[in-house]
Amino acid sequence: MIATREPGRSRLRQELPREAEPPRLLGSLARWLWLGVGVLALLLFFSLASDDWFTIVNYCLIAAIATLALNLLSGYTGQISLGLAFFMGLGGYTAALLGGNPPAGPLDPWGLGLPVFIWLPAAGLVAALVGALIGPSALRLRGFYLGIVTLALVFIGNYLFRNLSFITGGPQGRNFPVPAFGGFSLDQQNSILGVALTSGQQYFLLILVVLLLSALFVYNLSRSRVGRAMRAVRDHEVGAAIMGVNLFEVKMGAFVLSSFLAGVAGALYVSYARYVIPDYWSLSLSIQFVAAIIIGGIADVWGSILGAAFVFALPQVIDYFSLLPPSTGGGGLSSGDLNALLYGLLIIVFLLFEPGGVIGLVRRLRPAGPRPQTLGTSAGAGAGAGAGAETAKEGGESIEVVDLQQHVPGPGEERGSGGTGAS
Amino acid sequence: MAYFLQLVFAGAAQGCIYALIGLGFSIIFKASQVINFAQGELLLVGTYVVASAVLNWHLPFLLALPLGLLVTIVIGLVFERLVLRRMIGRPPFTVLMITIGLDIILRTLVIVGWGSRTIPAATPFSVTSGFNVASVHLGSSDLWTIGVTIVLCIALYYFFRHTRYGLAMRATALDQEAALAMGIDVRNVYALAWGLAAAITTLGGVLLAIDSLAIDPNFGNAALVAFPAIILGGLDSVSGAVVGGVIIGLTSVLTAGYESRLPAVVGTGLHEVTPYLIMILILMIRPYGLFGSRKVERV
Repeated sequence: MIATREPGRSRLRQELPREAEPPRLLGSLARWLWLGVGVLALLLFFSLASDDWFTIVNYCLIAAIATLALNLLSGYTGQISLGLAFFMGLGGYTAALLGGNPPAGPLDPWGLGLPVFIWLPAAGLVAALVGALIGPSALRLRGFYLGIVTLALVFIGNYLFRNLSFITGGPQGRNFPVPAFGGFSLDQQNSILGVALTSGQQYFLLILVVLLLSALFVYNLSRSRVGRAMRAVRDHEVGAAIMGVNLFEVKMGAFVLSSFLAGVAGALYVSYARYVIPDYWSLSLSIQFVAAIIIGGIADVWGSILGAAFVFALPQVIDYFSLLPPSTGGGGLSSGDLNALLYGLLIIVFLLFEPGGVIGLVRRLRPAGPRPQTLGTSAGAGAGAGAGAETAKEGGESIEVVDLQQHVPGPGEERGSGGTGAS
Repeated sequence: MAYFLQLVFAGAAQGCIYALIGLGFSIIFKASQVINFAQGELLLVGTYVVASAVLNWHLPFLLALPLGLLVTIVIGLVFERLVLRRMIGRPPFTVLMITIGLDIILRTLVIVGWGSRTIPAATPFSVTSGFNVASVHLGSSDLWTIGVTIVLCIALYYFFRHTRYGLAMRATALDQEAALAMGIDVRNVYALAWGLAAAITTLGGVLLAIDSLAIDPNFGNAALVAFPAIILGGLDSVSGAVVGGVIIGLTSVLTAGYESRLPAVVGTGLHEVTPYLIMILILMIRPYGLFGSRKVERV
């Protein structure tokens, strides 16, 4: 089965997540059960957790949205990006400009005081628009070059954010008002349908809804024709192009959608932190998301969420339980340092031994249950696909074709939308 | 005019530092097609070791410098041997990410070991030493920087043209399989490239620290400015890295020098982004750089 590593297998194959085509979200009883467990856990957390925990979890959920954005571009489509912080910043400042308080004095940054349902989508749209403008020139470049150009974006963005003080407040930063839905202001207790909710709980609901929408979107996208095209581009550009994938369209699409999600995450961060300085959108922020997708799992929705939790919640959890002395700047191990050491080390360990990340590890250890169709289980998919894979294997140099074969939908879920081009 | 010449001199010195750091990048890239994202942190560790050796352990600078070089060479070699050698043949994405992992670890170790505060850098000269030529002050640290870079470039030229190992490195860069067939131990070439690159980059870092007098855990970001330099020169071109470094250094220092005379719209900190702007421009026009070979990113 795909889960085992054979000595003769090409290295490229090992890079692939074990389940090249994610299964249907609620395709089996086990998955319904997991959904129930998840909802129950959320309800338990929601009713029992203290406000400190909501702060930790809320930031973590925002980070998960941004991690999904990066995973869409780097994990699914294979385009290295270190520019996530830049697009988050764009979204954050769009939100600040549209939703911020109107200036009280001549030196205050501008703000239009618009409600959340305008600035939140607008933040994503502005980031996506800038992504669409930059994309055509950036995506001409491959591999390292794209990584270095997106790195340049972070520095250019930081320069802009520091100087456009009428929007960003300059290096000192600017504040952001409490988001409000009609009469509800999220910083005080409100009761919804007779249940009294604290500020943390209300933010949690808002962020959770956005995260769920983003996760569902990415998950469904990855199971569609577009998703297969994205993985094909990642695994072998030339092979994908020969299969009829429009490389430019797919890369642009991933870049723009990733920018959109990053913008939304940036806006949520600004509205939750209620204060933002230009230096927050730094290269190290981008790198934290890179760490998150590698540790959690490349090209995996659950992996994105797990990775974000690991990278962004662990230091807070360590601090919450006061396991380490607070940082003084004079050296010694603080929670942030321990976390950075851990995720630096884990990046190396995972890339060396388990390129699928934590989620890949979980899938490997999980007993053989209802699996998505792989080459082994989808034997009934017709001799055509199986035979095609065999010949491709023997062909030697066209190993990537085998990978495309995996994306052919099984007989149970024939959709006729795509994949047939691969066989 | 004197002001302009002064800036050109300072820019050339700065450019030499970027050239040294860029040399580190392109030597590794040429040998193994890897962009070493952790270059900046190798440099960071090296400068901290040198600073500690001089200020805390009271070693003379000329003993501290080889110690710093040795530490980074060892780190580079160990990382190459234990990690990167297993990554040969993996996609660039994965290899870049794994050097980011090393980058995070080294940087955090520096913060844990030395703290995040700014500490003074080790310097063998006093700040004001140097001499004046027609109202242009030639500081001794800048003169040393330029001198060291020139000597090193000549030495590298000789090394790559006329020595056994230099030729082996070039042969490997040209065609790995042919080099193997000729009896070149490619593994040794990788190790040599990493050791050489770590040493040259650290030397650049120590010179930069002498120039800026103080170091903090963000000091390694200097290597990120060398990215534009190597892209400008061409990723796989060693001489391109030097030319690119000098161009980037000159534009950066000249922009900084004349920033106050530019319209207010420009704001502050433009010199920090000019290298990146130049790089983006170059990538649009000549993606393989001024001296790089066209085939670099061909499928």
